[in-house]
Amino acid sequence: MKFTDILTSAISNTFRSKLRTTLTIVAVFIGAFTLTLTSAVGTGVSRYINTQVAAMGATDVIIVSKADDAGAEGPAKYDPAAAKASSSMAGPPGSSMGMLAHSDLDEIAATSGVLHVEPVVLVAPDYIEFADQGKYELALNPNLGITQVDLAGGAQLDNPGNEPQILLPSTYLETLGMGSPDDIVGSTVGIGVTSHAGAQSSIQATVVGVQHETLLSGGSGINQNLTDKIKAIQDTGKPSNAVEGFIVATAYFDEALGTEHAQGIKDSLAAQGYTGQTIQDQLGTFQSVINGIVGVLNAFAVIALIAAGFGIINTLLMSVQERTREIGLMKAMGMGGGKVYALFSLEAIFIGFLGSAIGALAAIGLGSLLSNVLADTVLSDLPGLHIMQFDPGSVALIIAVVMLIAFLAGTLPARRAARQNPIDALRYE
Amino acid sequence: MKILEARGITKSYGHGPSRFDALKGVSLTINEAESLAIVGKSGSGKSTLMHLLALLDTIDGGTLRVGNIDSADIKGKDLNRMRNRDFGFVFQQFFLTPNASVLDNVVLPLVIAGVPPGERKKRGMAALEQLELADKAKNKATDLSGGQKQRAAIARALVNDPKVIFADEPTGNLDTATGAVVEDILFRLNKERGITLIIVTHDRDLASRCDRQFHVRDGLHSTADDLAARA
Repeated sequence: MKFTDILTSAISNTFRSKLRTTLTIVAVFIGAFTLTLTSAVGTGVSRYINTQVAAMGATDVIIVSKADDAGAEGPAKYDPAAAKASSSMAGPPGSSMGMLAHSDLDEIAATSGVLHVEPVVLVAPDYIEFADQGKYELALNPNLGITQVDLAGGAQLDNPGNEPQILLPSTYLETLGMGSPDDIVGSTVGIGVTSHAGAQSSIQATVVGVQHETLLSGGSGINQNLTDKIKAIQDTGKPSNAVEGFIVATAYFDEALGTEHAQGIKDSLAAQGYTGQTIQDQLGTFQSVINGIVGVLNAFAVIALIAAGFGIINTLLMSVQERTREIGLMKAMGMGGGKVYALFSLEAIFIGFLGSAIGALAAIGLGSLLSNVLADTVLSDLPGLHIMQFDPGSVALIIAVVMLIAFLAGTLPARRAARQNPIDALRYE
Repeated sequence: MKILEARGITKSYGHGPSRFDALKGVSLTINEAESLAIVGKSGSGKSTLMHLLALLDTIDGGTLRVGNIDSADIKGKDLNRMRNRDFGFVFQQFFLTPNASVLDNVVLPLVIAGVPPGERKKRGMAALEQLELADKAKNKATDLSGGQKQRAAIARALVNDPKVIFADEPTGNLDTATGAVVEDILFRLNKERGITLIIVTHDRDLASRCDRQFHVRDGLHSTADDLAARA
């Protein structure tokens, strides 16, 4: 018996008991439908994160902080050179987060592979003001100085740059009465800063760009030049013996030397008591959370598929039972056990294929619709986020996996059919 | 020329106390182109004998030769090829696949043999024409009358040009008139095409139309004298 003949008879046998086959296909459909949707959510969210953040992350920096001393017994010995601010910083419960002092920066800079180090200076401006729209609180995101953001208009921050620059989130525009992103780029805003002595003054800064709102932290970004200017005002009147500390510093390295090189720097930093993370590392943690959630959803879909697999076993066992005489006849006419096995296996695979293909198509149709509706309504604040994206590769993989499950489910009935003795089968009443 | 030769073949089913000896040592030689009736009551072992001769089951003891080959040496692909090409089967219950067309039923042995579709159709239609069923080729098997079903089954047995046709109570499910038609067809094939015909039956009239009768009783060959003694 030729393969094409086996295939066509398997397909036509599938439709012999229409209701039973349909019900089994529905069971497979549900599993495949769910699995396609959950994996599409995974793809959609990861792609969003990737476009939003991974592409923007500066690839030549390591963000360095002091390793926390969670494992240590009791408080560490007092060191006047260490930063005073450390006790007030919140770390994970039960630990204190160390601050980086200037001596730490020197040590980090001396680490082999590190080109230079810049502390991330946290400045706290009082307000932002545009034309005569009034004063509003200004939240800064210190990370935006070293990353590239998803722009709604304008350009990225120019670092270090010679003029003070600010990059605003799109949500600020309406409140500040700024019009569209393209209108505002190039305008000047006033930023209010209070000195250590208590005197308030204002600095002018140019708006270089507008950032789409993202899933990740919001806030405005300012360039190094503006940071330095704000800091200069804030430090006016500060006692000269005050110990200055930084929560994090950015260490630059040569990215052309590859990831192993970066890993080497991180390892050396770790040996010296610092924690170094590239932006990719930080995003990795975020993505592994998403992957974990999607993984759990996928697991539920796979459970549904396994249940559907038992449906296939049941259907085929009934089919083998009903067709015992036919199998016996075919064997009496010289059909080998292997071909009988192939016939029933192909039937199982075909049921799996039908269920998964229809399920995947339905999921793609419904999911795309739902995703577009959500993008225009609930998720409209997050432009670019399509919660479900269907990757042809993963859809094909899902169909293949379902067909494999169907094949495995079919082995038991197919073996039973293949082993039938023609005589017993023909005598069977 | 001998086509099948059995020497003291035995066959039993089951184990231990439930063991049942269906054949207790039967010897039989069948020549090419003859027609033979295997006659006996139900439970006599006549069907078992036919199954063994048709290589649908394996013998427990004795020897069975098909042509010049020992049946013990026929295995796997050779066995399947022999079942497919050399033997044709006609059963009392017809065993047609109900929802398939008559033609599809008839060409089943050719499908199993791997004959291409075009040739399958040609040979299937030729077989149906011989049995005057060509106009029913596209009908479903369930739409046929009993006599037509058995003629379709004979067409199926014939389609691969077998050397031997085994018929197990071929007229058992048919009324006398239709049964006679089916008998005529089988004997015509035997006479005109030289196909060896082995009929299992308890119908004495059918048995008497064969060249030779082989009586089986309680798993043993019984001669005409035994029968006369009992009668």
